[in-house]
Amino acid sequence: MSGPAVELAGVDKVFGPVRALDGIELTIGAGEFVSLIGPSGCGKSTLLRVVADLEQPTAGTVRVRGKPAAQARLDQDYGIAFQQAGLLEWRSVAENVELPLHVHGVPRAQRRERAAELLEMVGLTEFARSRPGELSGGMQQRVAIARALAPKPSLLLMDEPFGALDEMTRERMQAELLRIAGETRAAVLFVTHSIPEAVVLSDRVVVMSPRPGRITEVVAGRRPGSRPDLAPDDVEDVRESAAFFTAITDVREALRKGHG
Amino acid sequence: MRTWLPPLAFGAGVLVLWQVLVLALAVPAFLLPAPTAIAGQVGAQFGVILPTAAVTGGNALAGLVAGFLLGVALALLAAWSRPVRELATPVVLAASAVPIVALAPVFTTLFGSTTEVPRQLVVTVVVVVPVFVSTTRGLRQVQPVHADLMTALAATPWQASRFVRLPGAVPHIVTGLRLAAPAAVIASIVAEYFGGPQNGLGSRISSAAANTAYARAWAFVVAAIALGLLYHLAGLLLERLVTRPRQ
Ligand SMILES: Nc1ncnc2c1ncn2[C@@H]1O[C@H](COP(=O)(O)OP(=O)(O)OP(=O)(O)O)[C@@H](O)[C@H]1O
Ligand SMILES: [Mg+2]
Repeated sequence: MSGPAVELAGVDKVFGPVRALDGIELTIGAGEFVSLIGPSGCGKSTLLRVVADLEQPTAGTVRVRGKPAAQARLDQDYGIAFQQAGLLEWRSVAENVELPLHVHGVPRAQRRERAAELLEMVGLTEFARSRPGELSGGMQQRVAIARALAPKPSLLLMDEPFGALDEMTRERMQAELLRIAGETRAAVLFVTHSIPEAVVLSDRVVVMSPRPGRITEVVAGRRPGSRPDLAPDDVEDVRESAAFFTAITDVREALRKGHG
Repeated sequence: MRTWLPPLAFGAGVLVLWQVLVLALAVPAFLLPAPTAIAGQVGAQFGVILPTAAVTGGNALAGLVAGFLLGVALALLAAWSRPVRELATPVVLAASAVPIVALAPVFTTLFGSTTEVPRQLVVTVVVVVPVFVSTTRGLRQVQPVHADLMTALAATPWQASRFVRLPGAVPHIVTGLRLAAPAAVIASIVAEYFGGPQNGLGSRISSAAANTAYARAWAFVVAAIALGLLYHLAGLLLERLVTRPRQ
């Protein structure tokens, strides 16, 4: 149980002429929070999809909680939030959150309760009965996050989940996500374009370069152990600490090197 | 109001022109009776028009329901299983090429001329095609994110149909039904021209025309138009009701 959440070894992914992933080596420990950052088209989504068994690697091995990725998917070891919200527009917001539980035969009363709990958490209780079409893009994205969390997965895969949120909501959701990840001891693989977001959230920030998609550097994030000088709990304090800015500079440097 | 007014005004204008021309040129009744004469017949025959329209409309409805269920079921099977798809698709498309004129007499000899079954079957064949085609289109149009979501949730093919494919296809299915509704009425009327009990609008039109009662024949034609319009509007209403909450 306490083995790594994700292990990628020598993973390549080729789409026709495009080398989307090249020799990816990455291990995510149980309960670890890892961010993926890199320029558009460098293969972040592809890497996430390979872990989710939605894409087969051209070479290399992918293990999730010690199992082949396909087995982990069948065992429902992960929850995923895609780059687009992908809500079912004929279901109400609450029914969308319930979807994973519904598919897996959880009784209705239990589903209801869990959906109410999660909607409260993402601040959308009053929209439970609305249709997704009546919500803004950012609100839909929050519903998609609640949906990913519904079965309490031990691994969360999130593809730019906060991209469509305003700055204040974004910071609140970041704090919520940290709290949930801490409480459930879930490992998180988190794709983002925002350097501060990656630093605030992560134990480690994985920096990627484009064509071919490679991991160029791994920078320590704000988590205890990785940067003892960064406060572990209060996200607000972290944002104002000097170590936060050093970490941001480190990631920026790494990104620039990858480009050059 | 504004969308109703122009067609109404146009229709009234046509009727007036028709009336004036028929009177002024003394057009013989077998060519074209005057609107007033037809209206008179509609009034005189009203007691007959209602039950005959009910028979024709009933056959159309029975065939519509049967054809709808069959079309949706076939499309679902075709979406699930490749052999069914390869078998059903050409058969259904062939059915769309079969003229009901050719089908009706065959069914009538097959089932005898005392039942409504052959007429309902003709309607069924006519309805299956648009329902199958539009349902198939709807089932195919699964958004890639939704397909990924079902895969990520390790949903079985049946669950993927139940949670994503079928509900996603509903607007297409209803559109197929809306297209099929007026066609069902036409098929129901035409099927009556090829024998069977003399109790529907189609048989009344042909017997009135055969008896040189032209204004009466036209009165039943008017009833047939009204029935087709009724089905058309009902189909439209259903489509509106189903698709409105999704925007
Ligand atoms: N299904 C596919 N077929 C062909 N090429 C693909 C496919 N999916 C991704 N690619 C290619 O692989 C590369 C990496 O794509 P990916 O979506 O992983 O990038 P990304 O880092 O997530 O970009 P962004 O930040 O814009 O989301 C791109 O060049 C893309 O064109
Ligand atoms: Mg992406």
